[in-house]
Amino acid sequence: MRLTPVNLLFEDSRPGRRTVRTPGADRSLATAGLPREELREKPVAWPEMGELDLVRHFTRLSQRNYAISTNFYPLGSCTMKYNPLVNEAIAGQGAWSGLHPLQDDSSVQGALKVMHDLAADLGEATGLPGVTLHPAAGAHGELTALMVLRAWLDEQGEDKRRTILIPDSAHGTNPASCTLAGFKVVSVKSDDMGLTDMDDLRTHLGDHVAGMMITNPNTLGLFEDNIAEICELIHQTGGKVYMDGANFNAIMGIARPGDFGIDMMHLNLHKTMSTPHGGGGPGSGPICVTEELTKYLPTPAVVKTNGKYRLRTPEASIGRVRAFHGNFMVLLRAYSYVKRLGAIGIRRVAENAVLNANYLRVKVRDHWRVPHDRICMHEFVARPTMEMREAGIHTMDVAKRLMELGYHPPTVYFPLVINEAIMAEPTETESRETLDGFAEAMIQVAKEAIAGEEFLHAAPRNMPVTRVDEAKAVKNPNLRYQHEA
Amino acid sequence: MPYIQNSDADREAMLAEVGVGSVRELFDSLPQDQLLDRDLAIDPGLNEEQLQRHLANLGAENTPAAGACFLGGGFYDHAWPALVDHLMQRTEFLTSYTPYQPECSQGTLQWIYEFQTMIADLCGCEVANASMYDGASAAAEAALMAMNATGRSKVVVSAGMHPHARATIMTYLKHIDAEVVEAPLKNGVTDWGDLVDDQTAAVMVQQPNYLGNVESMAPVVAIAKAVKAYSVASIYPVSMGLLKSPGEQGFDIVVGDGQSLGVPLGYGGPSFGFFAASLKAVRKLPGRLVGISEDTEGKRAFTLAFQTREQHIRREKATSNICTNNALIALRGCMHMAALGPEGLEEVACVSRQRALEMVGILKQAGFSRAFPDAAFFNEVAFRADSEDQVLQFKRALKDEGLFGVIPMGRDYPGMEDVFTMACTERTLPEDLIRLGRIAATVLQQEVAR
Amino acid sequence: MRPEDRSYLDSHEWAKLDGDIATIGITDFAVEQLGELVYLDLPDVGRTLERGEAFGEVESVKAVSDVNSPVAGEVVETNDGLPDDLEALQNDALNGGWLIKVKVSGPDALSGLKNAAAYEEVVASES
Repeated sequence: MRLTPVNLLFEDSRPGRRTVRTPGADRSLATAGLPREELREKPVAWPEMGELDLVRHFTRLSQRNYAISTNFYPLGSCTMKYNPLVNEAIAGQGAWSGLHPLQDDSSVQGALKVMHDLAADLGEATGLPGVTLHPAAGAHGELTALMVLRAWLDEQGEDKRRTILIPDSAHGTNPASCTLAGFKVVSVKSDDMGLTDMDDLRTHLGDHVAGMMITNPNTLGLFEDNIAEICELIHQTGGKVYMDGANFNAIMGIARPGDFGIDMMHLNLHKTMSTPHGGGGPGSGPICVTEELTKYLPTPAVVKTNGKYRLRTPEASIGRVRAFHGNFMVLLRAYSYVKRLGAIGIRRVAENAVLNANYLRVKVRDHWRVPHDRICMHEFVARPTMEMREAGIHTMDVAKRLMELGYHPPTVYFPLVINEAIMAEPTETESRETLDGFAEAMIQVAKEAIAGEEFLHAAPRNMPVTRVDEAKAVKNPNLRYQHEA
Repeated sequence: MPYIQNSDADREAMLAEVGVGSVRELFDSLPQDQLLDRDLAIDPGLNEEQLQRHLANLGAENTPAAGACFLGGGFYDHAWPALVDHLMQRTEFLTSYTPYQPECSQGTLQWIYEFQTMIADLCGCEVANASMYDGASAAAEAALMAMNATGRSKVVVSAGMHPHARATIMTYLKHIDAEVVEAPLKNGVTDWGDLVDDQTAAVMVQQPNYLGNVESMAPVVAIAKAVKAYSVASIYPVSMGLLKSPGEQGFDIVVGDGQSLGVPLGYGGPSFGFFAASLKAVRKLPGRLVGISEDTEGKRAFTLAFQTREQHIRREKATSNICTNNALIALRGCMHMAALGPEGLEEVACVSRQRALEMVGILKQAGFSRAFPDAAFFNEVAFRADSEDQVLQFKRALKDEGLFGVIPMGRDYPGMEDVFTMACTERTLPEDLIRLGRIAATVLQQEVAR
Repeated sequence: MRPEDRSYLDSHEWAKLDGDIATIGITDFAVEQLGELVYLDLPDVGRTLERGEAFGEVESVKAVSDVNSPVAGEVVETNDGLPDDLEALQNDALNGGWLIKVKVSGPDALSGLKNAAAYEEVVASES
């Protein structure tokens, strides 16, 4: 990783330097007829850069990043699998990227077919045939699905059902989405096995319950064995079950949520379907629902009639949660991924993801505490042993030390139900040697912790910066460059 | 198998290590009656060559508008330098995650800080976040923030805002006890009337509006200030090369869609949304923020800041939906803004407007007049035809000649069935303008002949 | 063991009664769990609180927590300088880091709350 700092664009800006020129501009012509009071008086204070310096700037910044393409990225719940480059090659073509969203349907038949067929394949893989590709991200999909639930409840005249049950191990976006959709959240406990506590669940049922949001496999990397019974209980009480599909990579082609009773779920195409995370986005969070709920999905949907594809608004649609038709260029990459894999390839993804996670678990379990040490799904949660804790080592120290050893740390301090959690998800695309190397690093850090190595608190020492004071960024906010007056 | 590196021999060894006999055994603990007993009904996989051929065939069923595009409606056919495409594809950007671990994510964090600065300057505001899903959802989040900050529940939205932004606001606010009131258009610009009152949380306007008309901005701020409501503007970034930023005019929140800043049309997404406001509102700001701090040696270090505002931490107390940002596309925006610089932005704005002025002249000569002659426009213009039929006929005639244009307004504005919009950018070719005039004249002559 | 001159809530707030004025704060354990504090939000004087009602928020870099009132009554004073200088809360949560004073009605304002020994068990179960 590049250690030498890179100046800010604004520090390297020099008056008169240019990269893009557009000939023919004539300010006096251009401003004719525009009201004087709406006209800008001084130009926007953007940097002035020459092209080569600009290319160096961003190339150097890229070298101060950790990425899947540089090494193993075992972030639990994030599914950092290989992002196939052929998908990038396809998405770079003008036949896709040059389509205007308001072109008439007859001129975008290829794009509509991609959306139509991707939706069909996602419906088949989840067992939930009603699919919308509209939401921009996972949390956006959750919100959309809860609004679909509201629309269904409204049509039933159910104006008292406003409670959603959520296991305490859930990701924070679940309760957040509930609040914005006008639901109240009640937390359901996990049992000693790390699964939904069925007795606790039963105490919360009643005619105030709109539904349940559940992650399966859950955030501990465990399959909810009672999922069918959970769905039945919620259905009996008059609600619907929503599944957070963040962990779908583990069961794709093995089991279908629609078959075990789920009514709605979202998929993170940027996780399961290999589209790049890009430093935080763009994602795509399609939702898949039962036949019954299909008519409430957002607009537009792609339908095929007489061999032609068209955009159409579902009959009782909740409306829009964003502009246009979804993150199409992400959908295109996901389509290309599904087509490359096929039915067998999809199942192999789940099998190998689960095998890799279990292999890693077995490799480290003698040196780390694995609270639920049994066959896991695509990820597992560990925590420091008592000996490590007694030596004063926290999970954060471990994370920073792993960076020194060349690895991005797993997800830390999540799920909240495990103290000092460290959650690793290797994904199916990693080789055995990579897993061995990472396991050795985990074991090395555990040994260093027990030996009371002081340098763990100082890690990382070989990164572009040493440990960053995150509190200072809040106490003395500096969120933008201040230009000299 | 595609993208899986381990061989059968690797798998054998790994299974032995785990202590199970087969891959299938890994799923033995699952309730067996819940497992799929067949293959998914999904087509067999293709190899890379077959895949590329398949996608090329599908792509041939599209006719891209880019390069011959008079369509606007929120997405515009602007140019960007090659360096944007190339550098965005660097896999160190492409395949990194959210920069939660700052020490190994300084690259992403620094460009986001630069992005925030340039967006804040574009909007004329003190701070901007690390980007939103898109312009429509950014507008909805602005309404939520204003409600949250004022404790009020009424939102007054100009009918000149993008129909998709208005629809998104409606959906977002539907279940949280809010009232959305639409301020109608009069002569193509917003007529606020007396809709804004002391129950109003936000007054929302788009500049230029969906009909292409330039709104009067100072009165919006005055109306909002008088009742201590938030004033919210949604802007088209390129227009800021000529128009005054809403922040300068006193707006509390400025949002918009960043597509015109180096993002391909991409059939509508992903682009990125942006969100800017004053520093004192920073704790209520949705989305991700990057700030400068220091490391243990006192070196400048970038890090995520104010993470506790983010919805995955606030859980049921969340006041916004955005969790990720649209980082990779915002990176395009960041590189594009730096490549344009202040003069570059002004040039693009000037040429886009100059082409639009030429288009107005050419279409007028052919017989299409501006629908709202008293309103000013930037690069997108509303024209009036004789009838809805004629609007559609013109659209078809353009397409037959390989040009894309004409957004009919009737669907979104009842009573405007005979109105359509056309937009120009710096990419608009003078020869296409001439063709446009010829096609328009033909359509109008046919009408006369009938 | 933490001071026995006061009562505790399971959610890690303490209340100490002096006449009809209860001083309220959060425990050092809560502070330790949160990590480095960056923000504190306190209520306005004059606000009436129910027992268990959230009256403020305390934030560290990566966590945010409601602060709940162990007693019912009216807020008569807040520790004004604290939000701008969180040192006292960070290092002296049980004394100088107090948050608000509440005027309570009746002598049994603290009844039903945990004593120091019972609160230790809560801490032990969460450590």
